[in-house]
Amino acid sequence: MSRARSFFYRHRIEFAVLGVFFALIAVFAIANPRVFLNYRAYTAVFTTLGASIILVTSNVFIVASGELDLSFPSVIGLSAMVFAMLARAGISPVLALFASLVTGAFCGYVNGMLVTKVGLSSLVSTLGMNFLLRGLIMIITGGLAIPLTFMLESTIAKVFAGTIGVFPVQLLWGLGFALIGWLLFTRHKFGGHVCYTGDNITSAREMGIRVDRVKIWTFMLMGFSAGFVGVLVTLLNNTFWPTTGDGYLLLILAAVFLGGTPTWGGIGTIWGAVIGAFILGFIETGIIASGLTGFYTQFFYGVILILALISHRYVGLKKK
Amino acid sequence: MTANESAGNAQYIMKASGVCKKFGFVQALKNVSFEVGPNEIVGLIGDNGAGKSTLIKTLTGVHQADSGELYWKGTQLTNYSVHAARDMGIVTVFQDRALSEQHSIWRNIFMGKELTGWGGFLRVKKQKEETQRMMREMMGFTSSFMTPDTPVGNMSGGERQGVAICRALYFEADLIILDEPTGGLSLSETRKVLKFVRSIKESGKSCIFISHNMYHVYPVADRIIVLDRGEIVDAFVKGQIDIETLEARLLEIAGTSDIDLKVPVGSKAIARE
Repeated sequence: MSRARSFFYRHRIEFAVLGVFFALIAVFAIANPRVFLNYRAYTAVFTTLGASIILVTSNVFIVASGELDLSFPSVIGLSAMVFAMLARAGISPVLALFASLVTGAFCGYVNGMLVTKVGLSSLVSTLGMNFLLRGLIMIITGGLAIPLTFMLESTIAKVFAGTIGVFPVQLLWGLGFALIGWLLFTRHKFGGHVCYTGDNITSAREMGIRVDRVKIWTFMLMGFSAGFVGVLVTLLNNTFWPTTGDGYLLLILAAVFLGGTPTWGGIGTIWGAVIGAFILGFIETGIIASGLTGFYTQFFYGVILILALISHRYVGLKKK
Repeated sequence: MTANESAGNAQYIMKASGVCKKFGFVQALKNVSFEVGPNEIVGLIGDNGAGKSTLIKTLTGVHQADSGELYWKGTQLTNYSVHAARDMGIVTVFQDRALSEQHSIWRNIFMGKELTGWGGFLRVKKQKEETQRMMREMMGFTSSFMTPDTPVGNMSGGERQGVAICRALYFEADLIILDEPTGGLSLSETRKVLKFVRSIKESGKSCIFISHNMYHVYPVADRIIVLDRGEIVDAFVKGQIDIETLEARLLEIAGTSDIDLKVPVGSKAIARE
C-alpha cells in the first residue's frame, strides 16, 4: 500500500498531466459524442502523433541537460531532403534512411560542439542553426518540393508510414522510441549523467562525469531523432516539402513543458511529455468536432499550457 | 622544501612535486611539494585564499597544474583527470558537497560511479539497498521520513555532508580528500565528521583534511601542513608541537611581520588584511 502511494507520489506530475488528458477527452466526448465515441477520431490524430512523440522524447533529454535545441525543425527538413534526393536518385531507400539519420546526428554533433567547446549559448546558437539549415534547404532545392509518389507502395513506406488494420504504424514507432528513451533516461547511466549535468554542472564535473561529452551525445540524440522524423513525415506525405518540420518547434516544446519537464534542467519526464503530445494532438480535432472553428485552436493551446504550468506548481514542481 | 622531511621519503601514496598554478595574473600555487603517506592523516591549514582548494582541485584532476609533477604510488600521472583520480582510488568530498539537489539520496551516492549491469543499465534495486544500508549503518539516519528516494535538496547541511562523506567511504578509496568538511556545520555535526576522519585512520586509509580551523584539524591529523598565499610555509608532525605553539605559529604566519603578533585568538583574519 505505502509502496503504491510512494509510486503515485513520485509520479504525481505524470498523473496530473494524464488527468488533464482524460478531462479534455471527456469534455470533447460530451461536446460531440458522435465523433469522440468513434475510433476514427483517434486514428486520425494517431497518424501524425508518432513523429511528435519521438521529438518530445529527445527534447526531454535536451531540456533536462540544461540546454535548448531550437534547430530541430530545420534538421528534420535537411534530413528529409537528403532522404528524398537519394531515394529520387534511385538509391536504396534503406541507405537513404541511414544517410538521413547520419545527417541528423551530424547536425546534433555540430550543435553540441558549438555549445560545449566554443561555449555558445544553446538558445541562440541553435536558433542560428535553425535559420542556417532552413536557408541551406532553400538554396539547394530552390524552394521546390520533391515528389516521392513512386514510393507509395514500397516496403519502406509500409514499414514507416503504413497501417496495421486501422492502426497507424508511426504511433508504434513513436511509442517504441519513447519506451527506449524512457529506459535510457531513468534506467541507464547516460540518462543519469544528463540529469546531473543539468542539475549542477560543477557537481557533475567534480564527480567525474564528462559533462561536455554528455551534452554532445544529447544533441546528437536530438539530431538523430529529427533525422528519423524527417523520413517519417516524408513517407507519410509521399513528398518532400522545403518547409518540412517547420510547424513543430513551438508545439513540441509546449508538449515537453506541458508534460511536466521544468525549464531549469536536471529533471524531466518522458511519459509526461508523451501525454503532453497527445493532449496537443487532440485539441485541434476536438475543437473542430465540438463545433468551434479552427481559429480557436491556438487559443486553447495557450490556455492548456498555462493551466498545466499552474497545476505543476501546485503539485510541487518548483525550483529549489 | 623542508616541509616533508619529517614524513620520511621511503613511502608515499600521493606526492606533489613543484606544483605551480596560475589563474590569470594570480599565482594560486607556488612550487608546492608535499606527500601523503600510507595510512596517514594530513591536515592542510591556511587562511581563506591561501590556495587550499586550488591545491585539492589540482590533486584531484579538476584543474591541470601549469608545472610540476604528481605521483601516485610511485608512478607519475599524465593526462590526469577527475575520472582517472576516481578510478585510481582517490575520492574527494568537495567544499560544495558536489551533490545534485533535485535527485534522490541513492542517485547522489552513486553519481558518476553507478552500479551497472548489462549495457550500462543501472542496477536500481541494488543501489537503493546499498543506500538504505549506508543510511542505517554509516549516516545514522533513523528517521522514517528519510528513504533512499528522498531528494537531497530536502536535507539539512549536516545530512548533505553525511551523504557526501558516505559516498566517499563506500567506494574502496585509498586516499580520501576532505575539503572544509566542517564548514557550516553545527557542533555535533562537526564532531561526527571528526569521528569519521578517525575511522578513516582505523580502516587503514589515508586522508587529506583541509580546513582553516586548526582546532578541527589538530585533534585528528598526524601531520599538519600550513599553506599561505600559495606556498607551503610550515609543516609539523603532531608530536613535535602542541596546539598553543601551533596557534602562535599560525598567527605569526598570518601576520607576516608588519603587524603586532600578540593579537587575540580568532582575529588572525583581521591581522592579515
